[in-house]
Amino acid sequence: MRWLLVKDLQILRRSKLLVGLLVVYPIAIALLIGIALSRGPDKPRVAFLNQVPIGQTTTNVGGRDVDFTDYADQFFDAIDPLRVRTREEAVDAVESGDALAALIIPPDTVERLNGGLGQAEVEVLYNGDALKQSFVEATIDAELARANAALSRTIGEVAIEDLRILAEGGEIATPLGRQTLLGLKRARDVLERSLARLPADAPERDGLEQVLRFAEQALIGLDFATPALRAVSEPIRVRATVLSGSRTPLDAFAVALAVAVSLLFIAVLLASGVLALEREEQAYGRLVRGLVSRAALLAEKVVLAAACSGLAALAMLCGIGAFTGVDWGRLPLWLVALAAGALGCSALGVAIGALAREVRAASLLGLLVALPLAFLALVPSGAVAGGVHDAITVVNALFPFKPALQALDAAVNGADPGVWGPAAHLLALAAGYGILARVALRRF
Amino acid sequence: MTTEARGVTKRFGDRVALRDVSFSVGEGELLAVIGPNGAGKTTLLSILAGILRPDEGEVSRPPEEIGWVPQQPAVYSKLTVRENLRLFARLEKVADPDAVVARMLEQTGLADRADDELGTLSGGNRQRVNIAVGLLADPPVLLLDEPSSSLDPRQRERLWEFVDGLAREHGTSVVFTTHNVAEAERWADRVLVLADGEVLFTGAPQALHRDAKRTGVDFETAFVRFLRAQGH
Ligand SMILES: Nc1ncnc2c1ncn2[C@@H]1O[C@H](COP(=O)(O)OP(=O)(O)OP(=O)(O)O)[C@@H](O)[C@H]1O
Ligand SMILES: [Mg+2]
Repeated sequence: MRWLLVKDLQILRRSKLLVGLLVVYPIAIALLIGIALSRGPDKPRVAFLNQVPIGQTTTNVGGRDVDFTDYADQFFDAIDPLRVRTREEAVDAVESGDALAALIIPPDTVERLNGGLGQAEVEVLYNGDALKQSFVEATIDAELARANAALSRTIGEVAIEDLRILAEGGEIATPLGRQTLLGLKRARDVLERSLARLPADAPERDGLEQVLRFAEQALIGLDFATPALRAVSEPIRVRATVLSGSRTPLDAFAVALAVAVSLLFIAVLLASGVLALEREEQAYGRLVRGLVSRAALLAEKVVLAAACSGLAALAMLCGIGAFTGVDWGRLPLWLVALAAGALGCSALGVAIGALAREVRAASLLGLLVALPLAFLALVPSGAVAGGVHDAITVVNALFPFKPALQALDAAVNGADPGVWGPAAHLLALAAGYGILARVALRRF
Repeated sequence: MTTEARGVTKRFGDRVALRDVSFSVGEGELLAVIGPNGAGKTTLLSILAGILRPDEGEVSRPPEEIGWVPQQPAVYSKLTVRENLRLFARLEKVADPDAVVARMLEQTGLADRADDELGTLSGGNRQRVNIAVGLLADPPVLLLDEPSSSLDPRQRERLWEFVDGLAREHGTSVVFTTHNVAEAERWADRVLVLADGEVLFTGAPQALHRDAKRTGVDFETAFVRFLRAQGH
């Protein structure tokens, strides 16, 4: 078996084009998947027209200055702005497709916020591109909601402060200038003192006692109002809990995915190719008549393909790791996941090679099997009907890609369910495909 | 008897490739199997070599003790001549692989091409390596399937002299097929005529030739006449 391994490595060394393709092709696929998964869609291009006169962008909320352009700046982080000067230009930009949407801030916005002329309004124009519209809508909605929330938080804080002054007394800004308020507490104290000095049968007593009761009730009411207002300024806070599986951030998952795809393609194509080559070179007959057993020949091909694909995947992982900062302390787990994954995928490869019998047919069959496997493993639950999802789960369990991906995700990112379960699954699959290949060799 | 086939029958689906074939080869004997295309010569040698299993009947020797030179070169085109020989010498577990490889390079006259990839060799030179691989382990029985068909006359002569030497000096039993009837007549101790999977004749070439001698035709014409007389 050692000499056969040496022989196959010599052959590979001399098949530079083949090996080059075998390495470049899966890495290219892996990179594409990685890029597609780790980069969200581009920022939408939105035409922006601010009709509020320069210098009038601040509004005063209860004595607090709020600069409107702060919100615009936040907004520009989420979109790619196309500044226009008139409403017509904004409409043109959307109609011609230069921008996916236009956001128009009317001139009276700040005035409305200022003077309480009712709600301020902004205008949004969309074009009809169905694919992108929902995304633009979502982006603009989210940004407007953020601005709304920030404004209402400011208003809420001002109101809470005003309520406190109403209760405790102090200075307050009004359209008529700064005024000193007595405050309910001090009004109550003044009343109590006055009442104490009045004779028991004084006719003013009844009215004053009513005012005192009102002041006390109002204070109790204000005590409740403050937390209620706080709640209103941020009615819902999100607390996220992931129930099953440890969630891996998308780009960390993309690393595991890219490596798993390379592993699958290299292992399957190499294992099926080198096995079919034995038959194509007519050497198979010579080998199995006493020189090596069929099982040993299969084992040699599995070891060869697993070692090559495992090393290529490890190199890829280290390369990505050098740029993106992975946890090098998990290296032993990487090796476990890579070894198990490489063995599982290589065993699938020899089964394909034994069934296909010719190098070209084996490569074709290998691609035909590997591509949909990589695709199926990524179908999320909930994206397809329940029955289909069950079928996909079964298919994923019968082929080594999904468990290899799970093992790698666990090894690299610490995702559930850990490395060992998928690794055992992979070894079981390797044994199964080994047996299938051995049976197929009967008519090789 | 160094090797023997008894009642061997082989079918491929409905087609009967061999029907109840029996023969034996003695020590140091050269047996030529001749017959038209599709007669079953390659099938017969493959069964003797252990590549195919007969549907009925049996052969007497395990494949490990038999050297086999297939009709199609069974060597790696991406390896050099020397690497091919060394690989199979090691797999055959010969005592001193390097010495055996050197001897085979000498024997095949390919010493100057030893480090060329096999794929860059001519068809005949590839066949010389194919033959050399079958001889590496000094097997007691040697099967050669049309070994000389792509060789030039000089290499052909060298091959048969070498094979004849193996039989005479080492007592190797040799079974070979050929379409060159004159070659069979010249080198074989006995010929076995196979047509449509059946043995039509076994015996010394002279016996097949006897009529021909009288009528003054050559061995090939006699062979064709013989086949025609048998309805082939
Ligand atoms: N693997 C196979 N599957 C089906 N039929 C086969 C197979 N191998 C051989 N045959 C058939 O068996 C018969 C004998 O073939 P074989 O190769 O033994 O002939 P041959 O005498 O060696 O011919 P040639 O002189 O052309 O080499 C032929 O009819 C052939 O078509
Ligand atoms: Mg033949």
